[in-house]
Formats: sequence, structure tokens, C-alpha cells
Amino acid sequence: MFGDYSFGDLMSILAMQGFAGLILFSVFVLMALGLAIIFGQMGVINMAHGEFMILGAYMTYLTAHLFQNYVPAMFGIYFFVAIVIAFVASGALGLAVEWLLIRHLYRRPLDTLLATWGLSLIMQQAFRSTFGAREVGVDLPGWMMGSLHVSDSIDVQINGLLVMGVTMVITAAVALVLFRSRWGLQVRATVINRTMSEAAGIDTRRIDRLTFGLGCGIAGIAGAAFTMIGSTGPTAGQQYIVDTFLVVVFGGAQSLLGTIASAFTISQSQSALEFFLDGSMAKVITLLFVIGVLMLRPQGLFALKVRK
Amino acid sequence: MSSAKSSGNRSGNLLIPTRRQLLAGTAAVSAALAMPRRASAQKLPTAQVNTTGLAVTDTEVTVGILHSITGTMAISETGSVEAEKLAISQINDQGGVLGRKITFIQEDGASDWPTFAEKAKKLLVENKCASVMGCWTSASRKAVLPVFEQYNGLLYYPTFYEGLEESHNVFYTGQEATQQILAGLNWVTKTKGAKSFYLLGSDYIWPRTSNKIARIHITKMLGLNVVGEEYFPLGSTEFNTVINKIKLKKPDVIYAIIVGGSNVAFYKQLKAAGIDMVNKQTLLTISVTEDEIRGIGGENIEGAFACMKYFQSLDNPANKAFVAAFKKMWGEDKVIGDVTQAAYLGPWLWKFACEKAGSFDVNKVVDASPGIEFKNAPEGYVRIHENHHLWSTTLVGRARNDGQFDVVYKTPDLVEPNPFPKGYQ
Repeated sequence: MFGDYSFGDLMSILAMQGFAGLILFSVFVLMALGLAIIFGQMGVINMAHGEFMILGAYMTYLTAHLFQNYVPAMFGIYFFVAIVIAFVASGALGLAVEWLLIRHLYRRPLDTLLATWGLSLIMQQAFRSTFGAREVGVDLPGWMMGSLHVSDSIDVQINGLLVMGVTMVITAAVALVLFRSRWGLQVRATVINRTMSEAAGIDTRRIDRLTFGLGCGIAGIAGAAFTMIGSTGPTAGQQYIVDTFLVVVFGGAQSLLGTIASAFTISQSQSALEFFLDGSMAKVITLLFVIGVLMLRPQGLFALKVRK
Repeated sequence: MSSAKSSGNRSGNLLIPTRRQLLAGTAAVSAALAMPRRASAQKLPTAQVNTTGLAVTDTEVTVGILHSITGTMAISETGSVEAEKLAISQINDQGGVLGRKITFIQEDGASDWPTFAEKAKKLLVENKCASVMGCWTSASRKAVLPVFEQYNGLLYYPTFYEGLEESHNVFYTGQEATQQILAGLNWVTKTKGAKSFYLLGSDYIWPRTSNKIARIHITKMLGLNVVGEEYFPLGSTEFNTVINKIKLKKPDVIYAIIVGGSNVAFYKQLKAAGIDMVNKQTLLTISVTEDEIRGIGGENIEGAFACMKYFQSLDNPANKAFVAAFKKMWGEDKVIGDVTQAAYLGPWLWKFACEKAGSFDVNKVVDASPGIEFKNAPEGYVRIHENHHLWSTTLVGRARNDGQFDVVYKTPDLVEPNPFPKGYQ
């Protein structure tokens, strides 16, 4: 297959392909992070995760319009404002949903699955009624499009770099909050032993609400970031939900590290296989591989010892 | 859902006079060609135009509209519904069909194929619709086909599709695959000197069948190279790897048949990867219309070529009147893609056929249809072929930054529809 190409060509493609794998890795981590927090820490299966992402994407779309109409001079940096707005909007909705819906269903995981699935349908229809059934185009400032031209055959995508950047910052922030803050300590305590934590004076209901809100907020950020690479439409969230669950379940539900390791494994095998086979085939093999591993290790790659 | 709001719409739907005259002229011409003068002169008794128990009264005839207005396909099918309602209201403004106003019953296929079949049955059996304008995806058409054949209904199907089908009960107002593919490939070979092609598609029947035809045409008929062919699951949003492969293989032409949300991701990533479609890389697609560009963003796809039979920017009086009437009825911000225009043809072609047949009876309308002309269709002249597809002109357009296309090539003659192309299967 590579007989006709020069060594230089192959090296630069190897570099580009490595970069493509890293972008995919960042995308996976970013979309799975919010779900991992909710699913892992609270045991709630949030089927509406994709819709929280799309809410973030629509917030970006609205922010872009606001900047274009009122402060066109600042359009170049609107994206960073949009990320904050996306986080706040999705997070706030997450808090509301937890209060209205999720908290009544904590000991019934299958019911949360059904309820959040219903929620996802409601949100899709709400998007459709508000923004129309068609996809919307999110305008990006010029500097965020295109690529850095490194050599003749190597171009580094700017949006890819940005997605990686956002992912790193968010992951670091989440890790910091979970492992270095007092609130994080309480979250981890609640996960390991809810009753004992309550006995120790932790308000686990409040912890749950904030955790759910945080997870949804991060989904919003992911949605904002994905306006750079994907589509924004009422049902676009469905494009991400399968991969998201795959990453979280494969990684082991309770472990942040597991999520990252699993995103890395899946993204690298996906992009390498895709390079040698084709898009559909790569997906099939990746899924088979994941199924195989889960048969041997049902708890996922990394499992935390938890008292149920 | 039901009943016509056509009379309500009429005031909001003033036609530009030239348009009305043009269309009236067309109708008169085709009617005059087809039948004794007596028939075209005035109204035939209901018992004579309707011998099979369709929903036809002395003043009204009922047709069905069957598209998804909810679910994933709503994005695409909305335009078709709007075009069909526009055509119906324009026909009513001119006095209807055989002296009878069209009322329509609209049903929602809900992006779900069994629902399409169920609603088709309802429209035919319960409502006795004289014809149905509907369906968008091939899957939905395949689902309703047995229903239309069993109850001898009449379906006008607007989407460009993979071909390999011909039914007594269906008229295909979009292009079948060879009409859309061959002219574009010939053009790109001739004007761009293309030697190598990279074929891409979403993973389902239409892109796969179309690429199969494209591959055979490229390798056997033109004697050129296909350097890669790849498919992606529907909804796939990651294209960086295939873009790298394209960079490695350096094809002269990227031939893309990617649909839905994937389209947006594909063009955004192509642009981000520094593939310059304005100056360097030739990309030819048959799956991007003005509708899709709304989601993709004009700046992301600028410079790409699309091969279709209609672009909104087409410069002819009939199209200008059509675009103006469409925007007047549905809003200034609307864009009109290939399928929307094809959907607009359905009610008109049905009207002309009924008038030629002097009857609403399905069998008589079908028999009268071959040879029916629509001289002032927005896309230009079309004619119904014996195989129920349309003779039409194929165009190549180049995407502009503002989401419209510049027409860069037009086939000199009408392209014959050939749903079962010999040597391409």
C-alpha cells in the first residue's frame, strides 16, 4: 500500500495521523467527562447528555449572533465568552433537572434511564421549536479556521488545537476540583459510602445536585467546542451519545483515569484502523474489541472498590 | 392536520403576472396537444372523471402530502412540503385541475418507515386521495411502495435517488443516479483534466449504489483511476483520518456523497485541514444543496462543485418567479435546494397528466403521463419518460461563500433517465 510514497511523505503522514488520533482523543475525553462524573459518581444514566451538549452548541450560536450584532469588534474572542455561557446554561438546566426529576429517582437506575431519555426527546423538540428543524451554521472568527502550515505535507488544524486545549484545561480543572477541594472530597466520600457520609454530616443531596449540574455544564462546554468540528441541530446530540457511553463504560464507570485511558485506547485504535481499513470497518472492529474486553472485565478498565 | 388551507393562503401568495401567464400558457399548450378541444374547454361531470371512487366532487379533488415533519428527516423534508403546498395553491389560483380545486390532507411520516406505510394506506384507503406527493428517503419510498401498488395509488417522489426502481404507481421527479453522476464525471474529466478520484460516502444504499456507478464509469468508461473508496456510519463526525489519506494519495478529484450532520463535520474538517477548494483541490459532490449549506456554512464549502439539476441561482424567468413566490409564502430567509424544486414539479405534472387524460382515474393518468411536458419548470424544460422518471438537464454548480451556487456547466441536451443502467451493475 505504501510502496509508491517517499520516506518523507510517510513520516509526515505519520505525524498528521498521530495528530488526528490526538484530536479524536480530546473529543472523546471532552464528551465523556461530563457523563463520567454523573454516571460514575451518582450512578445516574443520563440519556440526555447529548442534548445538554447541543444546548451548549446553541448557546455558542446565540453568542456569535449577539457579538456580530452588538460588538462586532470583539467577534474574534466571542468563543471564550460562549464557552462560559454554555457552561452556565447547561449547568443551570442540569441543576433544575436534578431538582425536578432526578432526585426522585435515585434508587431506581432503570427509571432514571427512561426519564432522561424522555427528557432528551423533550429537549430535542424544544430545540426544534426554538431554532427550527434545520441545522444552524455557527460562524467562527477567521483565526479559528484553517490550519498552521508546518511543511508542504503537514498542516496542523487550528480547531483541533483548540479542542485539545479546551479538553486539557477542563480535565485539569475537574481533577483539581475532585481531588484537591473540600467539595471534591465530599463527592468522593459520597460515592464510596453514602450512608457513612451522611452520618459524617455531608449533605449528600446538595452534593448530588451540584455533581449533576457540573456534569451537565461540562457537557455544555463540550457542545460549544464541537461547533468547531461538527454540526449543530436539534438531533445532533444523538451523534455523540453512543461513543460517549462507550468511552465511559469501557473505562470503568467510577474512574476519571479510566475514562481518559479508555478514550485514548478507543481513539487511537479507531484512527489507526480507519487509516488502514475504512470508516465503517474501523468502527466495527473497535466495537468488537470493546465488547471483547468488557466480556472479560465487565467492570471496565479501571474499577474503584465501592461499598454498595 | 387535515383539510386545505389553500384558500387561506391565496391572499398571501400573489403571483407575479408573468409567471401566471407562463404557467397558464403551458397548461393550455399541453392540454391542447393532448385532447379534443371540447375537453379542455370546460368542466367534465364528476361521474366521467372519476370512475374508481376517488375523493373527487364537483368542486374539489383531494390529494395527500406525506412527509416527515417530525424526527431526524424533518430537516430535509420541510422544504418539499412547502414547495408542494406552493404548487397546489398556485394551481388553485388558476382554477384547479379539471375545474376542481385541490384540497390536501397532510400526514406526518415521522422519520419512521412503518409509519410512512401506515399513513400511505390511510391516505389511499380512508381518504381516497387522487394522488400523493411524498417521501424523501429511499427507505420511506420502499416502505410505501407495496401500499401504493396494492391500492393502485399514485405517488410523486421528489428526491434524487439511486435508481434501480420503476413502478406503475410512482413518478420520480428527482434525478436517478446516472443522470446526476455521469454528466458531472464527464465534465470534471474534461475541464479539470482529472485522472484520479477518491470516492467517499455515508454508509447506506444511495451513496453506495451511486459510488458503484461512479466507479464503473471512471474505470471502465473513462479509463481513469479510483485511488480510494470509503464509507462512514451515518452521523459520523470524525473525518481527520480520511483527510490524511486523501492528502497522501493526492487524488485530482474528491467525489463526496456524505449526508446529514456528517456533511457539516466533513466540510469543516476539510477546511481546517488546509485543503483549499477554491484554488487547488477539486471536490465534486452530489449530496450538498443550498439546504445543506445552511448547516455547513458557506465559508467552509466555498469552491466545491455540486452536480444537480437545479440551483436556486438559476437565471431564467420561471425560476425567478418561483423563488419569489416561495419566499413570499414561506419567508425571505428560505433557501431552495434541488429536492425542493423537484417536489414543486409533482402537483404540476399530475395536473397536466389529469388534463391530458381528462380523468382523475389513476390508470388513465399513468397512461397519459409519458410525454407530458413542463416547459416552464423552474429548472427549465422537463418531460416525463416512459419509465416514469424525467428527462432533465444536469448542471454543475460551484459553491459560493454566501451559500448559493454559480452554474458553471449545463448539459447541452436533456439527459435521459436510465434507472436500470446496463453495464453499471
